Parts: sequence; structure tokens; C-alpha cells
Amino acid sequence: MSSVTNHDERPNPDNLDDPGLSETKTERVSYLRAGHTLRSWLFTTDHKRVALLYMMSITFFFFIGGIAAAFVRADLLTPSADLMTNEGYNRAFTLHGVIMVWFFLIPSIPNTFGNFLIPLMIGARDLAFPRLNLLSWYIFILGGIFTLFVLILGGVDTGWTFYTPLSSMYANGNVVLVATAVFIVGFSSILTGLNFIVTIHKLRAPGMTWGRLPLFIWSHYATSVILVLATPVLSVTLALIAAERLFGLGIFNPELGGDPLLFQHLFWFYSHPAVYIMVLPALGVVSELVAAAARKPVFGYKFVAGSSIAIAVIGFLVWGHHMFVSGQSIYASAVFSFLSLVVAVPSGIKIYNWTATLYKGDISLDPPFLFAMGFIGLFVVGGLTGLAVAMLAIDVHLHDTYFVVAHFHYIMVGGTVSAYFGALHFWWPKIVGRLYSVVWGRLSAMFIFIGFNFTFFPQFILGYEGMPRRYHVYPEQFQVLHDMSSIGASILGIAYLMPAVYLYYSLRYGQPAGNNPWNVTGLEWTIPSPPPKHNFDEIPTVDGPPYNYPVRKEAKHA
Amino acid sequence: MRELPKVQTPYVDRAQQHEAGIMGMHIFLASEIMLFGGIFMAIAVIRQAHSQEVVEYSKELHYYLGAINTMLLLTSSFLVAAAVHMSRHARRKAVLALLVSAAFLGLLFLGLKGFEYWSEFQEGRLPVAGGMEKINSAPGRLFLNLYLVSTSLHAVHLTIGVIALLVVAGRIYTRRSALPQRSVVVETTAAYWHLVDIIWIFLYPLLYLAR
Repeated sequence: MSSVTNHDERPNPDNLDDPGLSETKTERVSYLRAGHTLRSWLFTTDHKRVALLYMMSITFFFFIGGIAAAFVRADLLTPSADLMTNEGYNRAFTLHGVIMVWFFLIPSIPNTFGNFLIPLMIGARDLAFPRLNLLSWYIFILGGIFTLFVLILGGVDTGWTFYTPLSSMYANGNVVLVATAVFIVGFSSILTGLNFIVTIHKLRAPGMTWGRLPLFIWSHYATSVILVLATPVLSVTLALIAAERLFGLGIFNPELGGDPLLFQHLFWFYSHPAVYIMVLPALGVVSELVAAAARKPVFGYKFVAGSSIAIAVIGFLVWGHHMFVSGQSIYASAVFSFLSLVVAVPSGIKIYNWTATLYKGDISLDPPFLFAMGFIGLFVVGGLTGLAVAMLAIDVHLHDTYFVVAHFHYIMVGGTVSAYFGALHFWWPKIVGRLYSVVWGRLSAMFIFIGFNFTFFPQFILGYEGMPRRYHVYPEQFQVLHDMSSIGASILGIAYLMPAVYLYYSLRYGQPAGNNPWNVTGLEWTIPSPPPKHNFDEIPTVDGPPYNYPVRKEAKHA
Repeated sequence: MRELPKVQTPYVDRAQQHEAGIMGMHIFLASEIMLFGGIFMAIAVIRQAHSQEVVEYSKELHYYLGAINTMLLLTSSFLVAAAVHMSRHARRKAVLALLVSAAFLGLLFLGLKGFEYWSEFQEGRLPVAGGMEKINSAPGRLFLNLYLVSTSLHAVHLTIGVIALLVVAGRIYTRRSALPQRSVVVETTAAYWHLVDIIWIFLYPLLYLAR
């Protein structure tokens, strides 16, 4: 055993008092330093490391999807087709959709923050099946490689929805390869969902009853149920598409006795719940951020928790609202329209409870709080316009216009991506053990909010005035709004890049975070940052409700 | 005797690990049901839309071969269920015999299914190149396509099941899985086997007995 003497060259890994490089003692025993080789990362079964593997992968795909979006927005600057051919434009927005939906949004919060935080929040040493967790990352990467391969081969032009008979009979792109990629990545989702459900059921620490679970856990539980039950339906549907193209199966081809509408039913049976896969984890994040910002117990905990489950259940019954103009029965449409209004109720419950939680809270304008507020504002706009398109008569007018594009971007990008960045800013000190610049955090939260609205609000007007989706040649009257949207997109793009700079800077120069930099409740804040490899030296015992902040009594006026 | 298997990382005791294993398999099976559910849906839609042709082509399927296969699978499920019971009582040899016989019945099923495909091919009623002279209506061909897709997807699952049964038997034979401590591997494999069996119980009437 060598002593401190050789620390001029390298710190002695066995001597924790050896200052060596700028590492704190906590960092030296953390999961980040438990093995330095590439092998120790690629074959890790530590949920925290798998979370980081996912974070790097989805960040990469976020860039690729973002570049595709940049091409789309650049082409839309002028009413004529000057940047891309019609075919090229179709391929650009299809790629944007496919990559953003399956390679960023669906895995975004669950596979990074869910993976990292679920065991920490419930007091477990890992997920229930650590090797399965690593396997799900490899499956994700395999699907990703297929997608990149398609990108190199020239892409696909069906839109992310793969509607038949376009995808099955007429499309020229690599439909089968993309279907294969999404098919593969589906199994990664299923394994993740399975792992989360079993973990939440079986690995809760003593005293961590269902009523004491953080709301982040409740929303991930609801998400996992959808992942497990909806994803296989998409898998089999894509397999049928592939069989249709390769062998002329005929199930979606009316000439062969099939039914193209059956595809839409099967697809939306997955893809509408998939919207909730994307947004439920974000709702969980915001519940945490709001409670942390207010430093008060969450108002109506049971209702917020229950509303996640309600969204997951009702979310399975609304798929037909994508098909109001597809020729489905008017009675079915009426029922789907009604249920689509019903599914908004639990979302509303969350919004009201968050507001009530913030009321008279000790709020400081930290970046996570600003992201949470941005989320709530954008989610409300996205949700209310969702009610508009859920109405039968209005949808006939707005269907397949930019109004719909704006609506779902308010939910998916304004909502989920804001929450993703909020989670990143809230748990970053826990994940890496360093504090970042709060000022820059506030600025990027504001720039993202401004850039987002600049990009997508004009699209509501465009859609209302009749600009259809998926066209890059348009009447000149729409140019001003399209240009606003494209300029906003550039602001948004720069705003998304900002955190990369100061978060990277914090890795090297940030102050050590300490166990609980935000001074909030939750088991994950009781352990060192970054956490040690096995999370808890001793499995904790929970003996109180969640968000157990001291409640101040108001002074009574005389 | 070997020492007892250790409890793996995230678990505090063996009971917890056992329950987690069983629950994980059940959730996986739920997702499998949804996977086949999509195909059942497609078959049901075709059955509604082209009732006459479906019945006509269904009558030509070898329903008696399907019936024999149903009996084989039900019997194998019984054997597997018995193996679960025996594994809890550490009756190692009985477990081995039961698992291997169940796997054998599974192989018989696959052999018979292969024979069925072959004879359909000979009769010109299998929707693959060179084997469909007798198929002369589009909806009929669509029905047979779905027959081929669903039964072959089922056969793939059954093949995986046979391999799983043999792997588990091998682990018990070499004592790498000690009984009764690791009876969970028998239980989870059995659950998978039962599901594959049950899927056939639904596929059989849906495809062979449409009247």
C-alpha cells in the first residue's frame, strides 16, 4: 500500500484523503468512479450508469431529430420549394417525427430520470432486474443503429404514422427498415416498463407504503402500465405492415379484402396512449418540482397520484379521436369525442393542485421552478387546444392543419421537453455532484419558453386559417407566420444548446453539491451526491408522509 | 451439496427475489397477450367482413390435426404444472422427467404442425409461392395469410418455450439451479408455457372451427 507521496502524478485510489485531482471524497466513492474503463460502463448493471448511457444516447438522437426539424423550418421560410424536393421534404419531417417520438420523447424522462431516481426514491439498491435494464439499452441502441442506417440509405416518406395504404403499397422509402427499427426499440420500452412495475411493487423500503410514494413514482407506474400494454400492439401492427410490403399479406389492402382503416385503429390504439407515455413522466417531474419550489406538502396528494392512473386508463379509450374524418361511424366518433373530454379532467386536477400547492409557498426563482412554470403554462395551452380538436365539429375544420401540429408540440415539446430540462436542472447536482450556474439556468429556462412560443404560437393561427400539415409549398399569405415560426425555432435551438455549455462547465468547475442542495425532502436527497454505487449503506426505513415540510401557521389577524 | 444460492443485488431476501421473478414474468405475459391481441383483432375483422369466404376456407383446414395438437399442448401444460408442484418439494428427478416430457410433446406439436403445412402445400392451400393453386379468392387468401402468420408466430413462441424447458431442465440436472430454492425458474418457465398453450386454445377455434 503506497502512501500519499506519489500524488504528484496520480491520486492514490485507496487513500480518500489524497486530494489528487479536483475530486471530493464523496465523488471518489461514488458510482461515477466505481470503475473507470469503457467496459465498466458498457457492461454495467448499475441503474445510475444505465441512466447516463440512455441520457447520452437520447441527447444524440435529439440532435439528429432537431437537425431534421431545422431542415423543415428552413424550407418553410419561403412559399416555394427551394431547399428540398417534395420527396426530400416528406423524408425530413418523417425522420423528425420518427426520431423525436421513439428515440427521444418516449425514452426521455423514464429511461434517464426514471432509471436513475426510482430506486433512490423508494429506497432500493437497484431496479428489480438490473441485467434486463442494461439489455433494454442495448436493444434501444440496436433500434437506433437501424434508424441511422435508414437515414444513410435515404430515409422514409410516410410520416411517423405509417398510414396505409401509403406505407404498405405506394411509399418509395425504406418502410420495412424503419418499421424494424421501431419494432426493435419497442422491446426496449416493454422491458423498461416491466422493470419499473416490478421494482415499484417489490423493492419499496420498509415503511414506504403506496400512500408515501413520491408523485414521480406514481406517474412512472402509470407510464409503465401503458408501456407494457400498448407497445406490443404497435409491434404487431408494424410487423403486419412489413409482411404487407414484403409478402403481400393483404390485411390493409382493400383490393385483397383487407381494411386500411384497421391500421389506423391498431396504430392509434398504441399511439394515443403513447402520448401519455411521453407526458405522464413529465407530469410526475413537475409534481416534484412544484413541491420542492413551494416547500409545502403537495395539495391533494391522493388526487394527483390517482389522476396519473386515471390518465393511463382513460388514455386507452380515446384513440378514435384521431379518426374523426377517416369515415368511422359517427356514433363511435361521438363516444371518442366524449371520452377525450373526460381524459382532460385528471390533467386539470393536477394543474389545480399544483397551483394550490404553490399558494403561499416559500418560492425561490430557481431554474427548476422556472422550467416547471414554463411547463404548466405551455401544457395548459396544449391541453385546452386539445379540447378544441376533440370536439367533432371543430375537428372537421382543424384536422390535418397546423393547428394540430401546434397543439401536440405544446404538449410534447413545450410540456415534456420543458419538464425534461426541469428535471435535468433539478437532479443534475444529485447525478454529477456539482452545482451549476443558477443565473444561466434561469436564462435558458426563459429563452426556451420564449423561443417555444415564438415557434409554435403562430402555427395555431396558420392552422386556423387553413394551412395544412405536411406541405412545403403554400400560399404567400402564410409566409409571415411561417417566418415567425422559423425564427422562433432558431431561438429555441440556441436555447436548447445553452444548458450543454454551463452544465458541462459545472462538471469541472462547479461547487460540490452536498447531499441536499435544494433543501427538499425525498430519500434521494438523504444520500451523498453523486450517490455511492449501492445507493444506501443501509436500506432506510420510512416513517412519514412524502413532502413532509413544516407547515407554518398564519398569524391570526385580530 | 452445493451451497445455497446467494440473494442477488437489489433484493434483501430470497422470498422478495422469488416474488419479483414471478411478477416480472406475469407482466411480460400480459404484453405477449397484447401482441397476439393485435392479430386476433385482425382475424376477427376479416371474419366479420368476409364471413362466407372465411368459413369456406376454414372448412378446408385439417381440423383433426389441430385437435390432436390441442390435446398435445394441454397434456404438456399438465406435465409442466406438475413439474412446478414437484420443484417446490425438491423432487428433482420427477421435475426433470416432467420437463423433458413436456418439451417432447412440444416438439411433437411442432412436427405435426410442420406436417400440416407440408400437406397444405401439397394440396395447394398454403399461401406461399408454388403452394396456392387452389386459393382463388382474395379474402380466402387473406384468411389463409393470417392463418399462416398467426400459427407460425405461435410456433416461434412454442420453439422458444421448448428451448426454455430444456435449458431449465439442464440447469436442474447440473444442479446449477438448486431445488426448491430456485423453483422460481421452473415457475416462470411454466407460466410462459401455459400462455403459449392458451394462445393456441384461442387460435384453434378462431382459425379451424369458423362455421
